[in-house]
This record gives sequence, structure tokens and C-alpha cells, in this order.
Amino acid sequence: MQASMTGSAVSAARQRGRDWIARLRLQAVRRPGDFLFRGLTYLLVLLVVAVVVGVAWVLLSGSLPTIRAFGLSFLTNEAFDPVHNTFGVRPAIFGTLLTSAFALVFAIPIGVGMAVFLLDYCPRRLRAPLAFLVDSLAAIPSVVIGLWGLLVLAPWLQRTGEPWLQAHLGFLPFFQGTPHGVGLLAAGMILTVMILPIITAIAREVMAVVPVAQREALLALGATRWEVIRYAVLPFARAGITGGAILGLGRALGETIAVTMVVGNQASPPSLRLFDTGYTLSSVIANQFGEATQGLFFSAVIEAGLLLLLITLLTNVIARILISRLGRARVGGLTV
Amino acid sequence: MSATMVDTAKHPFRPDRPALDARRRAANAAAVILTALFAILASAFLLYLIVYIARLGLQFINVSFFTQRPRAQGEAGGGWATALQGTAVLVGLAALVGIPLGLATGVYLSEFGRGWPAATVRFLVDTLTGIPTIIFGLFAWVLIVVPSHSFSALSGGVALSIIMIPTVARATEEVLRLVPRELREASVALGATESRTILRVVIPAARSGILTGVMLAIARVAGETAPLLMTAFGTSFFNTSLLRPIDAIPLRIFDFTLSPFQTEQNQAYAGALVLMLLVILTSLAVRWATGGFQPRGR
Repeated sequence: MQASMTGSAVSAARQRGRDWIARLRLQAVRRPGDFLFRGLTYLLVLLVVAVVVGVAWVLLSGSLPTIRAFGLSFLTNEAFDPVHNTFGVRPAIFGTLLTSAFALVFAIPIGVGMAVFLLDYCPRRLRAPLAFLVDSLAAIPSVVIGLWGLLVLAPWLQRTGEPWLQAHLGFLPFFQGTPHGVGLLAAGMILTVMILPIITAIAREVMAVVPVAQREALLALGATRWEVIRYAVLPFARAGITGGAILGLGRALGETIAVTMVVGNQASPPSLRLFDTGYTLSSVIANQFGEATQGLFFSAVIEAGLLLLLITLLTNVIARILISRLGRARVGGLTV
Repeated sequence: MSATMVDTAKHPFRPDRPALDARRRAANAAAVILTALFAILASAFLLYLIVYIARLGLQFINVSFFTQRPRAQGEAGGGWATALQGTAVLVGLAALVGIPLGLATGVYLSEFGRGWPAATVRFLVDTLTGIPTIIFGLFAWVLIVVPSHSFSALSGGVALSIIMIPTVARATEEVLRLVPRELREASVALGATESRTILRVVIPAARSGILTGVMLAIARVAGETAPLLMTAFGTSFFNTSLLRPIDAIPLRIFDFTLSPFQTEQNQAYAGALVLMLLVILTSLAVRWATGGFQPRGR
């Protein structure tokens, strides 16, 4: 009984397959143009899918040797040392997270503030040109930002900025140590500028879809414009703004060239001192690929790439879920 | 009766309390000033960057910038001809591969895709957008550079082409969806086949939008450095072989910036100026052509 049932299921599936092929054949004969066009399109799409899968597969298979050799200690090892054939990316992960966190801390309030200004306070005439300038910030190639960071920002930080911070805020753990100019602080500042346009653009998009009735209701109650923003707009847009911030975080985590130019590329002992030089996952790759053509060294560089891929994938998926959930976002009430 | 009673103790807006009122006005004024300051600072930074780079770089923009090879380190003079040639070759290669792939993906998502296959492809395309570009450099490096024992223009083009795919695909999908259903139905009613409808009616109707996506993708990869470090690598010679290293504007900016020589650092500004103008003019032209100053951040 059982056997015949599965047998009939199999034959039904076979029949469906035969039908499908027959339909395909019919289509190929009747409408060769459509058949060719669809076929070509599907083929190219499959190629795109293959590329994405291929990227993941190449990184995964390439990092197998170091995964086998070091396991989880790859994440905690201090040294990236081809001479002694021991590899770890702890300083790089630390540097990546610290600089990206720094960038988020400053870019979120500034970015959201800019969005508020452009949407609510800005005179109508100024709106388009200001919005264009802010958006254009995203179009600057990162090597140009890096150029400015290394030749202008870093020397300024070393001579003026960091000594000033040390003199006035030196009691904080962030502003201790020797001012180098290049280092985690410079990288964090550069990243702030680079993720600002993304955060503002998305904040503006999600704040623009807040129902007008909700703003007007609060205005009718006698609220000031800031209170409208504070109580009617921002709570409504919170999920979307968070999504935009995480999208910015993804960009900050993966930014390579500008960070490589200003971060110093020298591991320091772990601390919160922003004046120290450091490494990020992407700058490890950019600095080490030159000699790493075989063995564990080769594999270690690729595993750094794999980690970077995993971290950015995770942040992007979370961000997209938050942004797409916007339609169902909770309508913020008065919580005074 | 009780429905109209407002708990005045908790009500935030109290016209009967002038001190509170003044504080609320002050908060509003502070918000105006602070947010305006942020917006003006960000815009001012962009203008400052352009002016600063132009001021230092403009002196090198002359005939030899476009016609000469780079000189030996520390020697004055020389130009960016190899970098310009290399960027043209790399972007051309990337466009040759990336645009058809992106277009096909966009057409599939808007016209053919249904159910889980379409959802999967859309997810993968979104994923591609968020992956750091150096990962694609690493991919091309492992796949082409390491086995062939040589950095090459080909590997650089491959890395850049992958970066182009999601931008072109999403732009194509979005504008194809905007083409009215009536237009497709009219075409089919006149006896056109599916492929004819898409190729002769739908795509031409969405032409300017697709072109926008393509231009933005080109502008984006023209400024990419990270994936080229480990693929195209850079050279100070003209190169006619796709299997040998090739120069690029961003790579040369990177090299010159890290150079210990003042003359080369100054030349980096010239390259940055040209690259920035290239990228900003492209996006400006696109915005002008499409007639909108819409936000575009992703």
C-alpha cells in the first residue's frame, strides 16, 4: 500500500515534469522569440545567483585551513604574524567595532537632526539645494575622503585637535595616550562623515510618510513644531530610523580604503583610547593580501573577509527587516 | 461627560502657565538652531572639500595631465594618462559584464518573477548592495589573480562588474514596475508577443529611468578603490593586455597620497579633483535629466 502510494506520487511528479517539458517545447516551436528571450533572461539571472553563491563559497572554502588550524581562537588571537605562522584578528574586530560605534554615536543625532531640518524647519527655497548638497556627500569617492583624512585631518588632530581634547577631556578614558593624528579617532571621524548621508536620506524618507493628520492633530492641540516632531514624528519613524542607522553601520563596518588610510594599521593593546592606532577587518585585508599568496597566511586573509561578510550580512538583513516593517510601525502616542 | 474631561495636570500644553510656555518655545528655538547648524555644517563640509581640493589640484590640470605617463618617484611633472586609460578600460569591462546581468535581473524581477524564486533573487540582490566592495576584490583575487600569478585588468573588471549588478537591477525593476499595465495590454492586444512587448514597448517607456540606474552604477564603480587594490593593482605604464596590471584614477590617488614626496601628494589632489568632478557631474546630469532632486542614499 505504502509502496504503491509513493509509486503513484513519483509517477505523478514524472508526469508533471513531462508536461512541463512538453509545454516548453511547444512554446519553443510556437514562439521562438519569447522562448529565447525568457531563456536568456533566466540564464543571466542564474549567473547572478551563481556569483553571489560563488562569493560565499570562495570565502568559505578559502578560510577552511585557518578555521581548522585555529578554530575560534582566530577571533581572540592578538597577532597576525606570518613569520610565526600564527593568525588572529582580535585587534581588527575591536578596531572595526570601536570606529563604527563612534561613527554611529555622532552620525545618528546629526543625521536625524539634518533630516528634521530639511523636512520641517527649512525654508522651502533652500530645501532642494541643501538636500542636494547633503546627498552629494554620499557621492564623494572614499579614496578622496581618505586623502583629506590623511593629509589634512590627521596632521590637524595631532597638532591641535587631540592635544586640546586631552587638555579639556583628558579624564575620560577615550582621550588618553600620545596623539598620533592617524588612529581610531581619525577613522571614526571619517566614518561619521561617510555614513551621514545614508542615515539622513533614510530618516527623511521615513519621516516624510508620517501621516499629515497626526502632525495636524498635535498642532491643533497647541503644540510647538518641535513638540510635533518629538511626539508625533520621531516615535512613528523610530523603526525606520533605526533601520537606516543599521544600514549606515553596515557601511561603516565594511568601509575599506578611507579607513585604511587613516587608522594607522598598527595594533595597539586593547583599550578605549581613541588616540591609539589600530586595525579594522577590511584594512587587514587591504594591507596583507600582497604577500599572502599561499598557506595559512592566504587563508587567514580570506577568513578576515569571511568574517567581514558575515557581520555586514547580519547588519543588512536586520536593517531591511526594520525598514520594511515600517508600514506596521506603532503610532507613537503622547508619553509625557 | 467624563470623555471630555482632560486630565490637566498631565496635559503638556498649558496656556495658563506662561513659564512652561516660554520653556517650550525655547526648546523649539533650540531645535531649529541645532538642526540648522547640522545641515549647514554638512553642506559646508562638502563645499569646503571641493574648494580645498580644487585649490591644490588645479595647478596640475594641464595638457600633460591628460597625455603623460607618471614620472619616477619624486620627479616633477608627468601626468595621469595611464590612470585615465585604465579607469576607462576597467569601467568599460565592468559595464560590459555588469549591465546585461543587472538588466536581466531587473527584467526578471519585474516581468517574470513570482513566488519564492523571485523573493530569493530579490534578497540576493539586496544582499549584494550591502556587501563591502573589498569582498568582491577578494573574490576576484582568489579566483583570477592567485591562480594566474598576476594582477590583471580582467580581474579588476570582474570585481567592479559585480558591484554594478544590484544598482542596475534595482533601478530597472523599479522603473519597469512604473510602466502602466494598459501599455502592456495594448501591445499584447495588437498581437505583439511577450518578448516584443517587453523589448519594444515596456523597456523604451522606462528608458530614462534605466539609464539613470546605469549612470549611477558607472559613477559608483569609477570611484571604487578597495576592490582594485588586489586586482588591477596599478602600474605607471600603458597597458594593452587585459591579463596584466592596469592603472586607475582611484589607485593612483591612493598611491600618491601615501607617497613621501610633496609633489606626488599635490598631484593626488589633482586626481581627486578630476575623479570628484567626474562622479558629481554624472549624478548631477542624471538628476537634471530625470528632472528630480529626490533623495537617493542607498
